[in-house]
Amino acid sequence: MATTLEPTIAQPAKPTSGALLTLRNIAKSFGQKPVLRDISLSVAEGEFLTILGESGSGKTTLLRIIAGFERADTGELLMAGARLDQLPAYRRPVNTVFQHYALFPHLSVFENVAYGLKVARLTKTEIVSRVEEALSMVKMAAYAASKPGNISGGQQQRVALARALVNRPRLLLLDEPLSALDANLRRQMQMELKSLQREVGISFIFVTHDQEEAMVMSDRIALLRFGQLEQIAAPREIYSQPATTYTAQFIGLTNLLRGEVKGGMARCNSLVWPTEFPDGAVVFSLRPENIRVAGVTEGDGMVTFRGRIQNRVFHGPTEIWQIQCMDGSVLSMRGGVREEAAHDLDFEFSPQDAIPVRDSTS
Amino acid sequence: MFSRAYRLAVSLPPVLWVGMFLLVPYALLFCYSFWTVSAQQAIVHSWMLDNYRQLVRVNIYWQTLLRSMWIAARVMVFSLLLAFPLAYFLSFHATRRKDLFYQLAIIPLWVSYLVRAYAWKTILGSDGVLNTLLQYAHLTTHPLAFLLYSPFAVVLTLTHIYTPFTFLPVYSALERIPRNLVEASHDLGASQWQTFWRVIFPLSLPGVLAGATFAFVLALGDFLAPLLLGGPSGIMISNIVVSLFGAAYNWPLGSAISFCMLLLVLTLLFFSEKLEKRWSVQ
Repeated sequence: MATTLEPTIAQPAKPTSGALLTLRNIAKSFGQKPVLRDISLSVAEGEFLTILGESGSGKTTLLRIIAGFERADTGELLMAGARLDQLPAYRRPVNTVFQHYALFPHLSVFENVAYGLKVARLTKTEIVSRVEEALSMVKMAAYAASKPGNISGGQQQRVALARALVNRPRLLLLDEPLSALDANLRRQMQMELKSLQREVGISFIFVTHDQEEAMVMSDRIALLRFGQLEQIAAPREIYSQPATTYTAQFIGLTNLLRGEVKGGMARCNSLVWPTEFPDGAVVFSLRPENIRVAGVTEGDGMVTFRGRIQNRVFHGPTEIWQIQCMDGSVLSMRGGVREEAAHDLDFEFSPQDAIPVRDSTS
Repeated sequence: MFSRAYRLAVSLPPVLWVGMFLLVPYALLFCYSFWTVSAQQAIVHSWMLDNYRQLVRVNIYWQTLLRSMWIAARVMVFSLLLAFPLAYFLSFHATRRKDLFYQLAIIPLWVSYLVRAYAWKTILGSDGVLNTLLQYAHLTTHPLAFLLYSPFAVVLTLTHIYTPFTFLPVYSALERIPRNLVEASHDLGASQWQTFWRVIFPLSLPGVLAGATFAFVLALGDFLAPLLLGGPSGIMISNIVVSLFGAAYNWPLGSAISFCMLLLVLTLLFFSEKLEKRWSVQ
């Protein structure tokens, strides 16, 4: 593996002093099974951070440690410089929106939202005004008297959000809150949630397994894998500059080109192009949209190859073409839907779009 | 979906059972309660309300009924006081030994009722374990008389016998409470104590009600414990019914009392079910 690749690889975000929440070397095992290993990251004031990962990656455990439902084996949690991990869940200035909402079934929507304020012994008039404000913010004022069992999943979702935000937490934790909604409602809620977060200016930590959702909503994405931080970066960066093969494949579609660099030339199967990387084995990630049919005008410094379109998979606005190269390898390319294409064609891509990534397949 | 023959074959046995062993006896009981016994000890098939009138006029009947209800109420309260903390501990805090504790809690149900009642007799009697121990420790000079053959002994024994019946519905109600509600409550700033009173207890009410109903109704109709341990002051209404059907040979009056009890219990069950429905959330 090339050593120069190191700088682009996931770095534990430096715990900056201005950070709202800082996690330092958090580790957790259930019995013999480690679920989190040495997680360090920080969340800025007003930031929307998404913890993305497959099921079993430890993302929910991480959220539960921040909320105070689980205790980390080692490491510490700091909020605005003060230790958070020694406080019980009910003393933390943090609120959670649970995966299945966890609304109290014996209380009305109003009483559910008022719960935190009542426990904090606010005056009745203040409780009423704040609950009403929170309910109208999530457009649920009309349902104040309903029981949670009598409203839809999307509505329960909004109530859960109001119940958490009404306490004006410094940090809101969301545990896959949209996973139970159907696709349309889900997209709509993503937008609403994002604009709500901008409106209230509270930091959000949002847990999801859906990479698209993560890209749409987040300021930064923290990708977890086997309890380890694979990469943490802004959505555009994590997409265009994936640090590892896992990141490249998990976020969006990609082609992984395995080969080697020798004397300033990268060689992957029959593809050859000049590169500045030092000699050695290397993997490049090449997004399908960066391959195109070679034009009449020769592009400057483009890598061209000849291939045959095996298959065209319709994706709505675009298609994914499976191209079989002359050397037998298959590459995916994003093509136009209306584009007529002969079977055998010349294709090209720019060497800059082939991003060297650390091989993290195991 | 199912053929008529199939439905008939499936529903006939239970219908027959309920008819033969429940409805017909109840109907007979109802008829008997209007009849009378002649001076020659023969049942007179007359349709009169004399028996019911007697229930109101003769003090011992309604007084015994009131005393039985008072005993049953105490049994209910004490069983709940014992069963709720046990069920709560088991459901929320006994993580590793949960099954063992659960079995221990319901194991008394496997022991014959009679054995348990006799056991209390040996414990509470004047030569019993408790009195011997108290005298040995010089806490008393004479055996304490109120321990046995008293309402106290009946309440104690019935509480011991019916606590598992109260425990089971309370425990299953607590087990049904989604644990994320408890987490949500902590998350919203409620301490353990506040969470218990605002979330766990309200959600356990249907089970508490079912358990209370079990204890009250079963204790109300009990006749063995008062017979063995009650003495003259611990007589309950069922003992009167038993003697009316036996030595006193007054089946009609016994039937009238039984029928009143039946109505009382059905009314209780009706309201308890209504309340339970209102308290349990969809």
